[in-house]
Amino acid sequence: MNTTVDSVQHFGKIRHRHAGTRKASYYIICSILAAMFIFPIFWSALTSIKPPLEASASPSTYFPTHLDWSNFKKLDEYGMGLWRYVFNSTIVALLTVFGSILLSTLAGYGFSRFNFPGKTFLFITILAALMIPFQSILTPLFIILGKLKLQNTLLGLSLVYITFQLPFGVFVMRNTFETIPRELEEAALLDGCSSFSVLHRVMLRLGIPGIVTVAIYAFLNSWNEFLAALIFMSSEKNFTLPILLVNVRNALYGQVDWGALQAGVTVTIIPCIIIFLLLQRYYLQGLMGGAVKG
Amino acid sequence: MGNVGTALTNLKTNFKSPSQRRQRLGLFFVLPAVIFTLVFFIIPLLITAWMSLFNWPLLGKHTFIGIENYVNMFSDKQFWSSLWFTTKYTIIVTPCIFILAFILAMLVNLPMRGVSLFRTAYFLPVVIGLGASSLLWVWLLNDRVGIFNRMLMDLQLIKQPVVWLGDINLAMITIVISIVWKTAGFAMILLLTGMQAIPESLYQAAMVDGAGFWAQLRFITLPLLRRTFALTLVISVIGSYLAFDQFYIMTRGGPFNQTITVVYWIYNNSFAYFKMGYGSALSIMLLVVLVLLSGLQLYLLRGEPDI
Repeated sequence: MNTTVDSVQHFGKIRHRHAGTRKASYYIICSILAAMFIFPIFWSALTSIKPPLEASASPSTYFPTHLDWSNFKKLDEYGMGLWRYVFNSTIVALLTVFGSILLSTLAGYGFSRFNFPGKTFLFITILAALMIPFQSILTPLFIILGKLKLQNTLLGLSLVYITFQLPFGVFVMRNTFETIPRELEEAALLDGCSSFSVLHRVMLRLGIPGIVTVAIYAFLNSWNEFLAALIFMSSEKNFTLPILLVNVRNALYGQVDWGALQAGVTVTIIPCIIIFLLLQRYYLQGLMGGAVKG
Repeated sequence: MGNVGTALTNLKTNFKSPSQRRQRLGLFFVLPAVIFTLVFFIIPLLITAWMSLFNWPLLGKHTFIGIENYVNMFSDKQFWSSLWFTTKYTIIVTPCIFILAFILAMLVNLPMRGVSLFRTAYFLPVVIGLGASSLLWVWLLNDRVGIFNRMLMDLQLIKQPVVWLGDINLAMITIVISIVWKTAGFAMILLLTGMQAIPESLYQAAMVDGAGFWAQLRFITLPLLRRTFALTLVISVIGSYLAFDQFYIMTRGGPFNQTITVVYWIYNNSFAYFKMGYGSALSIMLLVVLVLLSGLQLYLLRGEPDI
């Protein structure tokens, strides 16, 4: 009983008999707040499984009279069909994840375990890119992609996304490698391993938490990104999910179908939520590690 | 000692040992990332500055016009209007985010059971992407089919559906609410990290001295959070100044171009009107504003706490 009292000491001196009500009010407040955060997502998902007429009903109804997947089917009728855009978004996300991991791990290894001229300067340069809002370099990026014949391609978009991820990714991987004891590496080198093998056999295995963190951020940022995709993609067949949804909302395809729109929102949201719930630990570690260091 | 030292150093620099050669290998590991940063960040930044001195339409010739773009900026009413709007928006949204995030962090910092569940709930909106979030709120707030109006009417708080996004003040309020909903969890985690670095013993000592909740907050929590607070603030302010997605999706810059942010104006100039030279000049101006703002914040919040 006493430990419960001690644990709420931040609320000031607690009288023993008030401990119960304090606890109850704590849970009530927290739950109300939690509800406020979850409700919008909940209602949106609920709308997406309403029959289309109910989803666009005015005034709005609360619960569906019956489950109906038509909204998802209707979403498929827009542009080139839902799955085309899901496919595009997935390709871009996978390329970004793969590229980010590759470049960040290599660079993190280089910065952590080697001492070469210009090391600090290059490290700061990569990190300084965090300071540059990509919104201000979109115009030349547009032109550069054009010159590289990569405009309006999924690959071009992915390359840009990979670059956005680099400051954070390199930072995380370098920190991850810093925590691995050098003796392991030195032992492997003494055994005749090349530096590259050391990376491959030793560091990668032990650096998995960092790699997962980089992967999560790379995926979420590229899956959700809207502005750059809007600017760099000019033909329908290359649009990503966010662009499709905005076109639906802007009634480019006719009257706004709210059920279909929320179905689209739900489809976009689900991978993010699943990844977050499953890999929370790594995601938060990445954030908190960065904040402490900063 | 000195002589031996210099002799050894000379030895090292004149004979590249295998370990030294190996050190240079690091350069190759780092190179891909550096090249990407150069091609897609640094060079574009330099090009932006370069382009800002030109009249640069998408198709056709670009002509050098020196600082004319910057001069025109001063008489560009929409630019100043956007700058003012973005500033107003930032001034409103930032304290809202912080106060909520601080409360959430304090709640979640307690060693109560189920705390991680609450933390997850509060953080959930952060992962869903700004585009999806804006589309969600567009529906929520819609005057005919949105559930927000329905709930308010059922609770007898309003008599008729309100067109939230059709009035500049209501739009500001509701967009701020949607953004606070989306980002408070992120700020909460940053503040939480700082809070968890504060040793428990300080609070215990304070309690022994008779300090209550508010005193503890004022003399321990807030001062020790100063650095975390500053960092979170800078990130939040920069983020708000770069706002685009929510305004493009929810209000399309309306009503009557009143919700066009700076980035939205850059987007319009560069990619709708294809005045890329002017768009670049606007981008440089944005960068300057951000650097000044961040510098100002870090200056005002400088200094270590006295504890």
